[in-house]
Amino acid sequence: MEFVIERWLHILSGITWIGLLYYFNFVQVPGLGAAKADGTAPGITKHIAPRALMWFRWAAAATWITGALYLLTGHGTEETNGILRAFALQGSAAYIGLGAWLGTIMLFNVWVLIWPNQKKVLGLVPASDEEKPRAARIAFLASRTNTMLSFPMLFFMIAGSPAHQAGIFG
Amino acid sequence: MKNPLDTITGTIIAGVVLTLILYLFARGFLG
Repeated sequence: MEFVIERWLHILSGITWIGLLYYFNFVQVPGLGAAKADGTAPGITKHIAPRALMWFRWAAAATWITGALYLLTGHGTEETNGILRAFALQGSAAYIGLGAWLGTIMLFNVWVLIWPNQKKVLGLVPASDEEKPRAARIAFLASRTNTMLSFPMLFFMIAGSPAHQAGIFG
Repeated sequence: MKNPLDTITGTIIAGVVLTLILYLFARGFLG
């Protein structure tokens, strides 16, 4: 069972996080535009978006924590622990470390850019009419940036595992 | 120039291109 539990929990939470990220980008944002046109948008912004954002941001945190546990147990050496090796891009942990850096940037975007600005857009915290469009734009671009970063992040998470990296990186 | 992240297609293309660039970087300089 060596580091399988950490990996399993990391993948479970990661699917929840990235699945909701793709839901926001590929379904909700385009759908909200159409819903605004026929007056049905309040149902989405009141009942769907806050629930989706709750699962989204906590799944992001769980993904990072379980990923750190996985690195700690599975990618270290006798001299250096796996988290340090990965984030310092050392040796065989360098490839998954690149994925870990991308995932960390994405976690920052979720908690520092997307969630605080979405709270203003959804009316969960007070915001002026001037602030709301700016908050919406920041949250939108941070979300799209995360979608873009998810492509290489997922590649390095898969390709960086010890079982695959020799065949992929030579 | 329009921001590629404003469209879904642009975002996907940017993600694939970034994956390729980082792969070549990793293959050439890491490990």
